[in-house]
Amino acid sequence: MKSNSEGLIIDGVVSYIDRDNIDTDQIIPTEYLKSIKKFGYEDYLFDGWRYKDDGKLGIKKEDRDINEDFILNNKPYTESKILLGRDNFGCGSSREHAVWALRDFGIKAVIASSFGDIFYNNCFKNGVLPIKLEKENIERLFDLVKNKAVEFSINLQQRIIHLNDKDKIKFKVDAHLIDRIIFGLDDVDISLKEKDKIMLFEKNRKISKPWIYVNE
Amino acid sequence: MKTLYDKLWEEHHVTQLDSGESLLYIDRHYLHEVTSPQAFEGLSKKNLKPWRLEANIATPDHNVPTTRGTNFDSDQIKDEISKIQVVELDKNCNAFGIKQFDIKSTRQGIVHVIGPELGYTLPGMTIVCGDSHTSTHGALGCLAMGIGTSEVEHVLATQCLKVSKLKNMLVKFEGTPAENVSSKDIVLYFIGLIGTAGGTGYAIEFAGSYIENISIESRMTICNMAIEAGAKVGLIAPDKTTIDYVREKSFLDKEKLEKAEDYWSNLRTDDGAIFDNEYIVDVSKIKPQVTWGTSPEMVVNYDGEIPTPMNVSEDNKKNIELARNYMGIQDESKLSDLVFDKVFIGSCTNSRIEDLRQAAEIVKGKTVADNITEAIVVPGSGMVKEQAEMEGLDKIFREAGFIWRDPGCSMCLGMNPDQLKPYERCASTSNRNFEGRQGYLGRTHLMSPLMAAYTAINGTVGEPS
Repeated sequence: MKSNSEGLIIDGVVSYIDRDNIDTDQIIPTEYLKSIKKFGYEDYLFDGWRYKDDGKLGIKKEDRDINEDFILNNKPYTESKILLGRDNFGCGSSREHAVWALRDFGIKAVIASSFGDIFYNNCFKNGVLPIKLEKENIERLFDLVKNKAVEFSINLQQRIIHLNDKDKIKFKVDAHLIDRIIFGLDDVDISLKEKDKIMLFEKNRKISKPWIYVNE
Repeated sequence: MKTLYDKLWEEHHVTQLDSGESLLYIDRHYLHEVTSPQAFEGLSKKNLKPWRLEANIATPDHNVPTTRGTNFDSDQIKDEISKIQVVELDKNCNAFGIKQFDIKSTRQGIVHVIGPELGYTLPGMTIVCGDSHTSTHGALGCLAMGIGTSEVEHVLATQCLKVSKLKNMLVKFEGTPAENVSSKDIVLYFIGLIGTAGGTGYAIEFAGSYIENISIESRMTICNMAIEAGAKVGLIAPDKTTIDYVREKSFLDKEKLEKAEDYWSNLRTDDGAIFDNEYIVDVSKIKPQVTWGTSPEMVVNYDGEIPTPMNVSEDNKKNIELARNYMGIQDESKLSDLVFDKVFIGSCTNSRIEDLRQAAEIVKGKTVADNITEAIVVPGSGMVKEQAEMEGLDKIFREAGFIWRDPGCSMCLGMNPDQLKPYERCASTSNRNFEGRQGYLGRTHLMSPLMAAYTAINGTVGEPS
């Protein structure tokens, strides 16, 4: 992400996967969830489609049977920062590893007509911006990106996707969510500012619902 | 007039933040080995400790081998990477003082199976876990949902979840189902009806005469799969069935339990409360359901036609084509034309005692078909296993040619040795038929324990008699 006079910008090549219901098992298969690290998932993004063999955690990309037909294996898409999908992107498992894999690959924004709830939340905690657009607009974007590699430029403050020099699409996103990406806020720090309120709530709850606190 | 979800939300609402989001107090936090290590690491980096130790209960389930027998410890896991993860959970629980039912414990099991059966899941609680199937606990009248690893860290650190309120959906299942139809069929049918994104943004309350008449185990199967309809939260108001269940499992003293029961018996949606969306489903017309494709919404009657790109709408053609290709469906027009290789009875959806009893009744005195190379039964927990063995179910399964395993997530997902080989076709009682979910290039057909048992005996999706 970079900053200019207009604010924070995500710009780069748009890759696309033209199918509905891309679940988090597709974004990163369970095998790679065995890692106890928070980083290093880039080579396993879309593993089942990106390679022609069965991968294992720790095996290097160079030693894999690459599926040359898959978009992310071809230049300039290997450098993609924006990913275009369709309906219900990121449905399924709650694994945050799915967002970590997108982030580690370099994807900074995912555009789709709808997202799985848990995935959508996980994105903002890792600096990946999920953008919801109406189906007509998704169709329009697919028409643009399918014939040749194109770059979009997304202005976070203005909530605008610049498709080219003249065309743009506005998008909506809750301010508190996008602020987390713009300012890199940490949720634990924010919530702990309310420590006293949480303690008071807990004190009252211990009295009103004692069965929750058996050994305390 | 408030819905049950509204009431649970308000009951746990600590404060609203400047962002507009709320801090929701969490009563119970379940942990397992896969989504917790990075959260514990984050906690340590911030020099924080768990806010309320007693709220947390941990168990390893995703990575554990199911052929371990007794006296097996974490460091005996053969897969080095799986071993690291399970050992890491041991280390973290020891370091932070979190109660764990570890791999050696007779009470270990799938986290969503052990929580309710050990009395840790109680009506009216807020429950979270770094696993999307946490919605299961909603069956006891909890506000329960799956969370990501950052949120696991947040809950450990603050005892709260930072969330925005969901919309309310009411789903009424009315009537009496046919004999061979279980709650798995009902929920699969419902997912087929509204689609895997139909419940996105909603908390779904399941109600109606059908729900009132079924067991807690059956209710758990329905709430478990709310997430497959897109809903993070699925819940059912506590009633006499719930309270009887809890009373049997609870470790609470009499006084606390009685006080709690007073509260639980009044915990329900007010008459006249408004939902943002409502469905009424007549369950008497539902046939056993089996998925044919790579999303839980790709489901048909067990004797129905598999959709072809010819008979669906234009924008669905591609999804159907991709799914048919992956599933290796060529000229076959019906599910009964497909020949199966494996059968898996287990997972947080269908590995409870009731599920095993149903399947055992079908396979009793019969033999697994020749084309089935492996049929496994994986009880959801040590307690389920003990109970089943006491009833002799293990013997029935073994005599029919099934393999009887130790508790764990097993073949629901490819993180442990129980996996499909490429192109193997599996009758599975689990919850997701995504590409590669049960193993690289494996083909999953979701169904009820009853239908999986029939498939094991017939070798194909057969006629329930």
